[in-house]
Amino acid sequence: MKDLVSIRDVDKKQATAIFKLADEMDSKSAPRKLAGKVLSTLFFEPSTRTRLSFHTAAARLGISLLDIESVGDSSIVKGESLVDTIKIVDGYADCIVLRHPLEGSARLAADLAEHPVINAGDGGNQHPTQTLIDLYTINRLKKKVGGLRVSLVGDLKYARTMHSLLYGLAMFGAEITLVSPASLQMDNAFIEDVKEQFGAKVRASNDMNFRDCDVLYVCRIQKERFADPYEAVRLQQEFRITLDSLKGAKDDIIILHPLPKVDEIAPEVDKSEKVRYFEQARYGVPVRMAILSDIMG
Amino acid sequence: MRAGESGEVVDMLTVEQIENGTVIDHIPPGKGLAVLTILHIGADFKGRAALVMNVPSKRMGRKDIVKVEGVFIDEKNVDRVALIAPQATLNIIKGGKVSGKNKVELPTEVSGVFVCPNPKCVTNHEDVETHFTHSKRGLCCRHCERCFSPEELAK
Ligand SMILES: [Zn+2]
Repeated sequence: MKDLVSIRDVDKKQATAIFKLADEMDSKSAPRKLAGKVLSTLFFEPSTRTRLSFHTAAARLGISLLDIESVGDSSIVKGESLVDTIKIVDGYADCIVLRHPLEGSARLAADLAEHPVINAGDGGNQHPTQTLIDLYTINRLKKKVGGLRVSLVGDLKYARTMHSLLYGLAMFGAEITLVSPASLQMDNAFIEDVKEQFGAKVRASNDMNFRDCDVLYVCRIQKERFADPYEAVRLQQEFRITLDSLKGAKDDIIILHPLPKVDEIAPEVDKSEKVRYFEQARYGVPVRMAILSDIMG
Repeated sequence: MRAGESGEVVDMLTVEQIENGTVIDHIPPGKGLAVLTILHIGADFKGRAALVMNVPSKRMGRKDIVKVEGVFIDEKNVDRVALIAPQATLNIIKGGKVSGKNKVELPTEVSGVFVCPNPKCVTNHEDVETHFTHSKRGLCCRHCERCFSPEELAK
């Protein structure tokens, strides 16, 4: 891989290679063979979790950091166009990790920079390292992705993690059930796209019953999306994961969430051994180490 | 009745020969107005232009025709016309004669023609050319990855 801008740029073979590399990174002290390389993390909007995870991954590989956070305050980019900033940072660093509120900013950066660009979130569009972490977690805990029954629950209309995850799951041949309120259903174009491209099995449902489900992936229903805040609260209650909604579920079902979570999973569920989202968060480091090794190595 | 530039029989009332300019024929009925919009022919246009709607056509049943005096459509605009009128034929008229006749072709990729309708798309904030690729989801922006119908883009 030269750049990692979109999950659409990654094929199954490349993703599988990243998973294998991430296993290695996690199993033994990873070789610091990238010592001397410089990684620039360019965050135009705050995302502490993603930033720290990249920093940890870089540190473990011996990579030096050129960190520019909430770039609005920093003189390097004050009033400067993104185009100019990228050109300048490209002259310093061996690789750029970019988070920017505008959609397509990472593609623009990748087109401009000679060095590789990794997209750490471009507005409502893509966050491909998160998608690879999600897929890695499923693959690691379930020993496969293809053939699994995966339910995606929550805001499937606006949550970008869910669009990219649908694509990644379809690429690996999972059977996908989309569970959401009618007003937050996934755009049909995304579904038709993966059906056509991968022959994916995708169905929509509003049934909070997970009897046949192997993986339950939950995301937040954002109150900001609703004119009536009460409507958001009501839907969050209806589509909340509780011990009750897990009745009849398989013993080995796993529950994942991109975090941070608010109220979409009941606190009593947190204690269940089905919950694996803290592990999922931890895998952010080895997966990002694998991505950095692949791209910068 | 007599033959128009297209060789098909069209109503006398609607046709006036132009000396120099562009005739776009075989536009799907009802789309002629959108073609004028694409060519930036609006209220402030001072030249002569004609929009002929719903005339009989052997090939299409009904069709629209657009004629504009003094304007020679360029390649970028041909791509835009193709999006809403993929069957259209384009006649360049010089000295009262058809000097060039082209079928428009639906491009698989269009660079630097459309503005991305997504206000959060980086192309609307930085100095960069847009690039759209045709797919089953519509015309998809290379940058923000959102897809749009031809009508949405032609606006
Ligand atoms: Zn766009």
